Amino acid sequence: MSDRGGEDAGQPAASPPPPLEWKFSQVFGERTVGEEVQEVDIISAIEFDKSGDHLATGDRGGRVVLFERTDTKDHTGRKDLERLDYPVRHPEFRYKTEFQSHEPEFDYLKSLEIEEKINKIRWCQSANGALFLLSTNDKTIKFWKVQEKKVRRVSEMNLNGPQPIGNGSIAGSSTSASSGTHLLNGGHAERSSNSLGMELSIPPGGFPSLRLPVVASNETNLLARCRRVYAHAHDYHINSISNNSDGETFISADDLRINLWNLEISYQSFNIVDVKPSNMEDLTEVITAAEFHPLHCNTLAYSSSKGSIRLIDLRQSALCDNHSQLFEEHEVAGSRSFFTEIIASVSDIKFSRDGRHILSRDYMTLKLWDINMDSGPVATFQVHEHLRPRLCDLYENDSIFDKFECCLSGDGSRVATGSYSNQFRVFGTVPGSSEATTLEASKNPMRRQVQLPARPGRSLGSLTRVVRRGGESLGAEPDGSPHDFTTKLLHLAWHPSENSLACAAANSLYMYYA
Amino acid sequence: MAMIDEPLYPIAILIDELKNEDIQLRLNSIRRLSTIARALGEERTRKELIPFLSENNDDDDEVLLVMAEELGVFIPYIGGVEYAHVLLPPLETLCTVEETCVREKAVESLCRIGTQMKESDLVDWFVPLVKRLAAGEWFTARVSSCGLFHIVYSSAPDLVKTELRSIYGQLCQDDMPMVRRSAASNLGKFASTVEQGHLKADIIPMFEDLTKDDQDSVRLLAVEGCAALGKLLESQDCITHILPVIISFSQDKSWRVRYMVANQLYELCEAVGPESTRTDLMPAYVRLLRDNEAEVRIAAAGKVTKFCRILEPQLAIQHILPCVKELSSDSSQHVRSALASVIMGMAPVLGKDATIEQLLPIFLSLLKDEFPDVRLNIISKLDQVNQVIGVDLLSQSLLPAIVELAEDRHWRVRLAIIEYIPLLASQLGVGFFNDELGTLCMHWLEDKVYSIRDAAANNLKRLAEEFGPDWALQHIIPQIMEKINNPHYLYRMTILHAISLLAPVMGSEITCQKLLPVIITASKDRVPNIKFNVAKVLQSLIPILQQPVVEQTVRPALVELSEDPDVDVRYFASQALHACDSVMMST
Repeated sequence: MSDRGGEDAGQPAASPPPPLEWKFSQVFGERTVGEEVQEVDIISAIEFDKSGDHLATGDRGGRVVLFERTDTKDHTGRKDLERLDYPVRHPEFRYKTEFQSHEPEFDYLKSLEIEEKINKIRWCQSANGALFLLSTNDKTIKFWKVQEKKVRRVSEMNLNGPQPIGNGSIAGSSTSASSGTHLLNGGHAERSSNSLGMELSIPPGGFPSLRLPVVASNETNLLARCRRVYAHAHDYHINSISNNSDGETFISADDLRINLWNLEISYQSFNIVDVKPSNMEDLTEVITAAEFHPLHCNTLAYSSSKGSIRLIDLRQSALCDNHSQLFEEHEVAGSRSFFTEIIASVSDIKFSRDGRHILSRDYMTLKLWDINMDSGPVATFQVHEHLRPRLCDLYENDSIFDKFECCLSGDGSRVATGSYSNQFRVFGTVPGSSEATTLEASKNPMRRQVQLPARPGRSLGSLTRVVRRGGESLGAEPDGSPHDFTTKLLHLAWHPSENSLACAAANSLYMYYA
Repeated sequence: MAMIDEPLYPIAILIDELKNEDIQLRLNSIRRLSTIARALGEERTRKELIPFLSENNDDDDEVLLVMAEELGVFIPYIGGVEYAHVLLPPLETLCTVEETCVREKAVESLCRIGTQMKESDLVDWFVPLVKRLAAGEWFTARVSSCGLFHIVYSSAPDLVKTELRSIYGQLCQDDMPMVRRSAASNLGKFASTVEQGHLKADIIPMFEDLTKDDQDSVRLLAVEGCAALGKLLESQDCITHILPVIISFSQDKSWRVRYMVANQLYELCEAVGPESTRTDLMPAYVRLLRDNEAEVRIAAAGKVTKFCRILEPQLAIQHILPCVKELSSDSSQHVRSALASVIMGMAPVLGKDATIEQLLPIFLSLLKDEFPDVRLNIISKLDQVNQVIGVDLLSQSLLPAIVELAEDRHWRVRLAIIEYIPLLASQLGVGFFNDELGTLCMHWLEDKVYSIRDAAANNLKRLAEEFGPDWALQHIIPQIMEKINNPHYLYRMTILHAISLLAPVMGSEITCQKLLPVIITASKDRVPNIKFNVAKVLQSLIPILQQPVVEQTVRPALVELSEDPDVDVRYFASQALHACDSVMMST
């Protein structure tokens, strides 16, 4: 236990779990020394599926890469069972497949380039052993099915020799793959059906000389197919997509609107939130993230650039202009500065697994909200308080607009988010916990860890409302080096059931466990 | 490789292409599965083709969809109903795929086959299939199973019946909302095959569970089942079991649930009887008409007529009519629009007095609505209006509205009103039509938008059909003749188009005397587009005209066009000449 800094007096009786000790597990796409990072390889989205057996990443080049867990495969043999007897194993993943989800496009009507960068990935209900996921760039959402297909060879035919056949060959082919060919072959199809003269009299037993093609299949191949494309519903950039617990619908949110889709219907969506003012000059607030409640199909939350989170009830009306709950922190008088509004903007929100809490990330802090308490967050965690004096620099180099994501552990007892210099932070949320770990996305995550006692939670008169300040422990960079604002860790995800984190440092995916 | 006889070659290709690389060719083959089956013979179809299809079920969804459909009508090709069970295995697999439309088609085909199977075969083959699907590992199989219970239930022995009911009960409580949704939407069908006694003991509890589901989407479908289930129950049971549910649904927190209730409510009236309708359903309906959510009011407004038909007139006047009055000035144009599309149906229910006194003002205010859709919806129900208030009153109030719509700045609105002109004409009669609307109809021929000009030309044809050639000769033909000299070629083209449409209605003689000379003149137009359209029109006139006229007038004009400098003109002229030739040959 390397950072038990918070063992202070005055903790509540129920002792919080000890801080986790994080260990490096795996890295994918590690950079060799001196290797330059290609822009298209930079990871822009990470998401575990519900079971935690699969992990997907998206990158700026529009690709989606899937990983699968290797340590939970069915153990049937005795050897495997024996192996299971070992102490708890941490999740290990291996590369499964990848496909090109989005391509760069040009909107000729608006003279706009549409980047292929994957903004978000969300997993959907799997069925029949096939995986389903949604991926989106700024404008277009796609529904993907990834499935093992048998590669078949036709070994016997009526007319010509064996030939490889198409269904199930190339990974990454999308719906458009076949559209080009049938024009060419259309005439052929026509001929074979038309010349099939009905004057040909068929004997009662059929023609014995005809035979069905014999198909031999040996290997299987993973095939990703785009099943549906949900397009042309967003005037602004899509920042979030989120599945409903009903398994039937999902939402997509851009700066000003949230649309509701049925997974099976790609030609229409319903606008459920519209914050666009009739005069765009009156615009003061935009939507920054949106997510469905994990259990209640009619509740969704969205955050704004002004730092508020709104909960809406889809049952109330078709167009949800009125929120059912508003979560806002009342600002402390006199503390306003030029940057107050900019850093208040929420860059990400996540529901806890049971839907009781919402975690939000703004530029300087992580906030945990109880959906039964809208007067303020139940806990606030300072992510990189030492940067506060440098907000001016950060504004000038635009870093202040970086959108950091956040995540909760499966049991909700810990939260994590990223920072600069490829660092990320893990905080304990259990009342009394002072866990505030800083890690670096490298093979030695605890390297940057500085052994400074984190201050105990400062009570604000309410037991549930604690402002914890773990941030001071960092202070200035211990080695005196300036913070590297170009290496930022924006995207990370917590395994749904185990203490395992996946984080993206530029083009590399680092996995840690505890 | 086998040697294939020449005549079998096409079928051989068809069979080979079942496994072609190109999906279009596979689709083509699978669509002609019956041909393949006939060529193979019944026995080999059963023993080879069907197993082959069962094995090759990981094809693209488009192919699977067609396969599911074809197998539904495959009984004749496998040797008749006694072998129908052979078709079940491939369809069973198709019931488990992820793509909903494929599963639905497979279920549909299974139902189709099941209804033809013998009872004993159903028990031997179909019941086990339903049970397997219901116990499927993936939700897709369980979703499909829900739609098959009603096929087997009545044929099953008592013990199996009990089992089927309990399995269905489990499906209603499945973990996956998709399965519960399927169970909810198929409950009515299943219930209709269940005996009255078990209906109350087993089905009603399932229904009640579904109505309390966490997921709104499940409850929505449970509402849909209300009416179907209600009709199966005796009136008293319906009042005790279904009525409270629908009443509480009508006040559900979710507007989507209330929306469904608004759509379904009238269907339940019959099942509960007039007394409960008056005391319970009517107040619920009135609440829905005044719902906060516009979507709910839209649904409720759309059912106003159907609901009124069920009520006694006095109740309708007393309770529903005031709501209708409110809705006619609703803040949502869509509500007013929904109301406008059904409101005239209330007239026969209310009787003449109440209609003129109360309904007519509402009707007139909707006819002046600022939103064109509302006005259009009223006009589209013109025949019903006419019956009630008579042509004089109608024409007074209607005409200003029509004229305004006819000049609406949205061309789609203009298009919609043009399409109602023939209906208007038939309702108003020749006398009234001539003065006012005739000018409008001509005016549209010179609209800026092509679709309007096109529709206007069609409209003239339909008017000519309605009022007869003599009328058209007086009121349409002269006006058209004037317009053929319009300086803009696009308008001249519209007239040509109108002429080609009118000619068949006017008959050979008038065409020959009046229309043909105009066309021949037009063949000398300076614009090639006009000229090749002349060629096309002439070609279309050949069957109408008499042979000598074709030879003396049409052919020379076409010959001249066929020597035109423009390639398109020459092409269409030669096409038309070919047509001339073939007509001559055949006579």
